[in-house]
Amino acid sequence: MIIILPLDENKTDICVSFGRCPFLMIYDTENNSTEITENSAANAQGGAGIKSAQFIVDSKADALITVRCGENAAEVLNAAGVKIYKPEGISAEHNIALLKDAKLSPLTHFHAGFHGIQ
Amino acid sequence: MKIAVLSGKGGTGKTFVSVNLAVAKNAAYIDCDVEEPNGRIFLKPVDCKESPVFAGLPEFDESKCVGCRKCVDFCRFNALVFIKNKPAVFSDVCHACGGCSLICPTGAVTETMRQIGSVEQCKYKKTDVVTGILNIGEASGIAVIKEALDTGLRLNENAVIDCPPGSGCAVMESISASDLCIIVVEPTAFGFHNFKMVYRLVKLIGKPCYIVINKEDAPYPPLDGFCAENGLPILARIPFDPETAALLANGELLYGMNDYYTDLFDKVVCEVKP
Repeated sequence: MIIILPLDENKTDICVSFGRCPFLMIYDTENNSTEITENSAANAQGGAGIKSAQFIVDSKADALITVRCGENAAEVLNAAGVKIYKPEGISAEHNIALLKDAKLSPLTHFHAGFHGIQ
Repeated sequence: MKIAVLSGKGGTGKTFVSVNLAVAKNAAYIDCDVEEPNGRIFLKPVDCKESPVFAGLPEFDESKCVGCRKCVDFCRFNALVFIKNKPAVFSDVCHACGGCSLICPTGAVTETMRQIGSVEQCKYKKTDVVTGILNIGEASGIAVIKEALDTGLRLNENAVIDCPPGSGCAVMESISASDLCIIVVEPTAFGFHNFKMVYRLVKLIGKPCYIVINKEDAPYPPLDGFCAENGLPILARIPFDPETAALLANGELLYGMNDYYTDLFDKVVCEVKP
């Protein structure tokens, strides 16, 4: 199973923003490998969530762990069958362990977008 | 001469200045504040003709799509996605630029037209009143602004363009055709902050710039200092006045009805040169 998490600048904590997070962690449960990549959508003029979601889909991910997720991104992820989970605390590593033990609950609230409003 | 009236902060008095200036100048009034066009409230125009405005939305022919993703990569607004081996569009993110249909190597993308608003063309006495109206729920009014400007400037090259608030795409589109800009500003910290943002835009686009200070209850030195430093002529200082506010809240046009404002706008007309 491939799990993706949005990461903060420190590359260990989960970033509260999904579309505009600086880094993305790609974790593969097959071989316990971790890859951290820059999020190319971070500075997008618009549609950052959609572009990040496209990356998740293209990475053949099975699950995304994120604090927030917009409606458009959720639509892309749902269409591709990617499951979206709510994290417990901010540690990426800890949340991967929780998901493996099936201890995370699905994210059910999707916002309509912040579009510049913090 | 085409004069664009803008402000940055909303509620500063763009429409108040625009409608009175248009009547004083005997110019067309073009309302480009398409999300909330309210020049009509003051001008109460008659003999209206309405024409629809359309914007393109891509449609994909799955039988022709080879999955190259050129359309998805081209879209700078990220309105397109590629899932389950086919492209899809988010209509509220699409800016209707048509780029995806041009870039597709196999002709799989075509644009369908859908109505996003309308342009209303009316008269107030001899003044042409053109209003861009964006349908509620639409995300981008650029196509409506373009159509309102085309319609208005065809009727009269001498025009006052009432711009949307802010300093984004819609404002850029509204001022692009103008010969000069008048920025309406409130003498407050908030008003001054947003004024500086639109001033940067006007300067970047290279339009001559004039200032009208509205609702001036007391001088605001940072604003006066900034205008002096940058050589920005202050065309008028409109005092803060509850009686004026009450007249405007009732949708009254002041030019020709009130001596003070008739004089004030006549002077603005004389002082503005392209």
